[in-house]
Amino acid sequence: MDKQVALEMKNVSKYFGSLAANKNVDLTVYRGEILAILGENGCGKTTLMNMIAGIYYPDSGTISVDGQEVVIKSPKDAFRHGIGMIHQHFKLVDLFTAAENIVLGVDDGGRYNIKEVNSRVSEIADRYGFNIDPKKKIYEMSVSEKQTVEILKVLYRGADILILDEPSAVLTPQETDKLFDVLRRMREDGKSILIITHKLHEVLSISDRVAVLRKGEHIATVETAGTGTSELTEMMVGKKVELNIDRPEPENVTARLEIKGLSMTDADGIKVLDNVSFTARSGEILGIAGIAGSGQRELLESIAGLCHPVTGEILYHNPKTGKTEDLRDKDPVAIRELGVRLSFVPEDRLGMGLVGNMDIVDNMMLRSYRRGNSMFVDRKKPGDLAKRIVDELEVATPNTRTPVRRLSGGNVQKVLVGREIAASPTVLMAAYPVRGLDINSSYMIYNLLTEQKKKGVSVVFVGEDLDVLVELCDRIMVICAGRVTAMLDGRNTTKEEIGLYMTKTERDSDENKGKESAQ
Amino acid sequence: MNPFLDYLLTSIPLGMTFLFGCTGEILTEKAGHLNLGIPGIMAMGGATGCLALKFLHNTSCPPALIAIISILAAFAGGIAMGAIYSFLTVTLKANQNVTGLAMTTFGVGTTKFIMSGMATDAMQYLYALDYFRFPFAESTNALKYCGIMVYLAIIIALTASFVLTKTRVGLHLRAVGENPATADAVGINVSLYKYTATCIGSGIAALGGLFYIMDYSGSYEAYKRIEELGWLAVALVIFTLWRPHLSIIGSVLFGMLYIAGSRIPTLLGIKLDISATPLLQMLPYAVTIIVLIVTSVRKKRENQPPASLGLPYFREER
Amino acid sequence: MRNRDKQAHEPPFHVVKRDGVPLWKSMTIRVLAVVFGLLLCSILAVFLIDANPVEFITTLFDGAFGSARRLWKFGKDASVLLCIALAITPAFRMRFWNIGAEGQTLIGALASVAVAYYLGDSIPNGALLPLMLLASVAAGAVWGGLPAVFKAKWETNETLFTLMMNYAASGLVAYFLLLWTPSGSSVLGALSVGHLPIVIHEYFLLIAAVLVLTVLIYIYLQYTKQGYEISVVGESENTARYIGIGVSRVIIRTMLVSGAVCGIAGFLIVSALDHSVTTTTVGGMGFTAIMVSWLAKFNPLVMIGTSAFITFLQQGSAQITTNFNIDSAFPDMVVGIVLFFIIGCEFFINYKLAFRKTSKKGGRAK
Repeated sequence: MDKQVALEMKNVSKYFGSLAANKNVDLTVYRGEILAILGENGCGKTTLMNMIAGIYYPDSGTISVDGQEVVIKSPKDAFRHGIGMIHQHFKLVDLFTAAENIVLGVDDGGRYNIKEVNSRVSEIADRYGFNIDPKKKIYEMSVSEKQTVEILKVLYRGADILILDEPSAVLTPQETDKLFDVLRRMREDGKSILIITHKLHEVLSISDRVAVLRKGEHIATVETAGTGTSELTEMMVGKKVELNIDRPEPENVTARLEIKGLSMTDADGIKVLDNVSFTARSGEILGIAGIAGSGQRELLESIAGLCHPVTGEILYHNPKTGKTEDLRDKDPVAIRELGVRLSFVPEDRLGMGLVGNMDIVDNMMLRSYRRGNSMFVDRKKPGDLAKRIVDELEVATPNTRTPVRRLSGGNVQKVLVGREIAASPTVLMAAYPVRGLDINSSYMIYNLLTEQKKKGVSVVFVGEDLDVLVELCDRIMVICAGRVTAMLDGRNTTKEEIGLYMTKTERDSDENKGKESAQ
Repeated sequence: MNPFLDYLLTSIPLGMTFLFGCTGEILTEKAGHLNLGIPGIMAMGGATGCLALKFLHNTSCPPALIAIISILAAFAGGIAMGAIYSFLTVTLKANQNVTGLAMTTFGVGTTKFIMSGMATDAMQYLYALDYFRFPFAESTNALKYCGIMVYLAIIIALTASFVLTKTRVGLHLRAVGENPATADAVGINVSLYKYTATCIGSGIAALGGLFYIMDYSGSYEAYKRIEELGWLAVALVIFTLWRPHLSIIGSVLFGMLYIAGSRIPTLLGIKLDISATPLLQMLPYAVTIIVLIVTSVRKKRENQPPASLGLPYFREER
Repeated sequence: MRNRDKQAHEPPFHVVKRDGVPLWKSMTIRVLAVVFGLLLCSILAVFLIDANPVEFITTLFDGAFGSARRLWKFGKDASVLLCIALAITPAFRMRFWNIGAEGQTLIGALASVAVAYYLGDSIPNGALLPLMLLASVAAGAVWGGLPAVFKAKWETNETLFTLMMNYAASGLVAYFLLLWTPSGSSVLGALSVGHLPIVIHEYFLLIAAVLVLTVLIYIYLQYTKQGYEISVVGESENTARYIGIGVSRVIIRTMLVSGAVCGIAGFLIVSALDHSVTTTTVGGMGFTAIMVSWLAKFNPLVMIGTSAFITFLQQGSAQITTNFNIDSAFPDMVVGIVLFFIIGCEFFINYKLAFRKTSKKGGRAK
């Protein structure tokens, strides 16, 4: 094939503070090819693409389009060079029709005529096989239709290089197939397509070449035809890193929390939890692995009583009374009134777990302020608790009356985890508790979780760093697209194995039914 | 004359006061800004328009030109107020409610200050109706009720409606009010749209003040009622679901309701207790509340306030 | 070409949110804003009323504090304003934009007058006053609670709803006035019953009552469980959900409190000052109170200062209108201009201008 270079990145680096999001990345994209950008969460795929699309500006290195060095400082610049990106979070005006969104911001000098826009949109849609009504309003659309609008928006502006950020994350397998057909047609039309993904089977089925990124660095670019799942997984996860996290053997293990057949759909009607069943036991850490957005948040929030699943049971075995309670459809207050000591460290620390504008003492009260019959709040005990947490967990703060939003990420998390542990829970759920934390704070959190485990607490740990999961957890449950794909023994599994289960879709998981119920 | 026709023909011009204010506020709200300074801005428009009239009425300037200059002066007064409001709320990202209310305090106060300064020589040049009731002033039929500004109000409302729904500028403006981050991402200058819409909107609203004082009432004392009428204009925006062309009908309806207390009894040939008048005057507000409730219960997306109404836009936060 | 590109997209500075400013700094900025505002007013005064700036400022102080009578009047006006500001503060802390204090207070005043009008002859003053208070509190709570119910259930826009309720209230007042004055004059003479007793001075009891109320509201917001819930709901509905606070319940309850305190303000106006009601009894104070509360960052104790400040501007410039024989609208202009400056200066407290370094680090954050 006669290959013509469409886009070239040379030595591109991008730093956020002292953290390197991308380090000396080289990348070449040809005309008429589909290039997959593969890597784990947080490996710098999206940052790299954002630099091509004009969202970020590289700290060093060069980008050339059609052999000419270019400066891309805004999405508008990117469009001028024929580059368009379809982000994961759609930027659409809900109240407008598809065509209105597509033409928004395009000023070709001519008279604005929505009818002409409609027919042009239909024309482009027909050419590539999209199925869309230009007059339909965005708020009436399914996620896949919205994605189509985003793609058409880019094509309407005449883009030759399209970047798609995890396009299949929001689609059903059938919709994904359709999208891939469209992408292939675009390739035949001479367009260059970059697709960010971490799903191996997708990489294999659609791409011509794969560029693998790990920890911000470009590992290699290989021809898809000449590679396979295991080679790609190895490049993606890299060598095992020794972390030396202390992991004592679980003691007095009994079932504490039993989840049976939990299913849930979101506002768009997509299944976010699909028949999830598992048991969390006292005295052990249960890890939950999965690609971000596979249903982890919905699972924990259902257990905590913040959202309500359609079917299934959430059974809690009370170690004190020996009774079993169903927590489903109960709100957090009702759950606590049942005597269930459930602590929850949510992913969104300052938006949910804590109130940024309140000081440490007031944040301590969030869980406990209702105690007692007095109409007044008692700040004495929370004040003592705040002091204790600040001392024991070495929270760097001027004093306990400092608003938590002024603390650094690690200290915010210490305050939140400290509060949740102080409630002496029997179940402790933590979602991404070390995200954005430095090494020391991370280890402190691991130690806190392990200490809880030793006390007989059932700890549920949702993580993203596979190295941590295999060293910290006693058992690891892997979920993918709302389904449990594996329950693995933390001491006898590998990152590669977890990685494979994380990307299993409905279609290939049927073959593995047997393995799913291991454990 | 048929009493109903007479009722309607009196209501139309009164309604135009609301229509100016309403059209102006719709443009502002479509840019995502709730301008509660509209009553103050309308009052200020009356004041600056009257100032122009005061300086011109003794000159040899032809009457029609005097009217046009006064209208332009009112428009300029409104734009000046709009500029203060948008500087505070767009550039300095101040709270829109607080800023708007301060605008009303300032605008109504300043207007009173200016207008009371005219009290002494007011009677010399008012009867101002002579200036504004062209081109059909000589007519003896229904047309004599309506002067140039009535036509102007309807033309502006229709133009606004056209711009909002049928032009690229209108599309961009609505995008700014619905989702400024999206508008920004596709390269629309959000601040420019907000400034322009707010200033032009304020200018249009200001015409309502001049119209009410100089055309509808023909008495400089009329400025005292503008604040109340201004709030009705804000209500009309909700009542007509942010659609300027509907506002034309809505404004006449509000006009009819506003004077219903004195007209309905004669019309129906019944004797209504005088105390019923205030209740009838409450009707525009009551129906607006009902519209507000019904639209929020039905949740039809097209009938909701612009999604970013009242929120400042700060790019770094997206 | 490329260089031009670079320059076109590199503004010399950009705006960043500040994270907490020391108190002395924010106060300095505010004081400067007031000074600039007053400076502009005094310059305007030179042109409009031929007063020299020094005269302008001294008259301002003289008008507010110049004599015992003026001091009492100052205390009275500031107290009424403070009382209404106290009422809306719980709602504002919850980020519920209640701009209906005008109507809630007016309906409270109407309720007091109605009780005094209908029952005044039949029961003694000692029983009448509590009844009036009760009626006012109930009326205010209904007027404030109604928009809250719709907000909680259907997210009906509260700003517009409460605004409309203001005029519904004034329509009702006009209706009852016509009902009570058969002549059609709409002027209801001062009621002879339902007066608060006079202690020390005719305004003393009013001022004392409002100060007590200030402390109570402060305690309510700062030290009670309900006050704590209001803060949590206002800061983050997600957190409220996380700890199991019923957001709808808190919204409705808080607006009932807010409306009820407005009702108290209406009762105080009737029983201590006006002994009557007109459509302009509240006279825009419901809107000015929003400024008072907002300027004080919704802290009831600080509101004593901000209500005093606004009253000082109003009463001081009213003195100017008498001394220089100009229209009584002048105070509104002064208050408006100074408010513009204070509103604008908040920008410099919340944001700062960051000048771009020559390095290209830190492109646009997402």
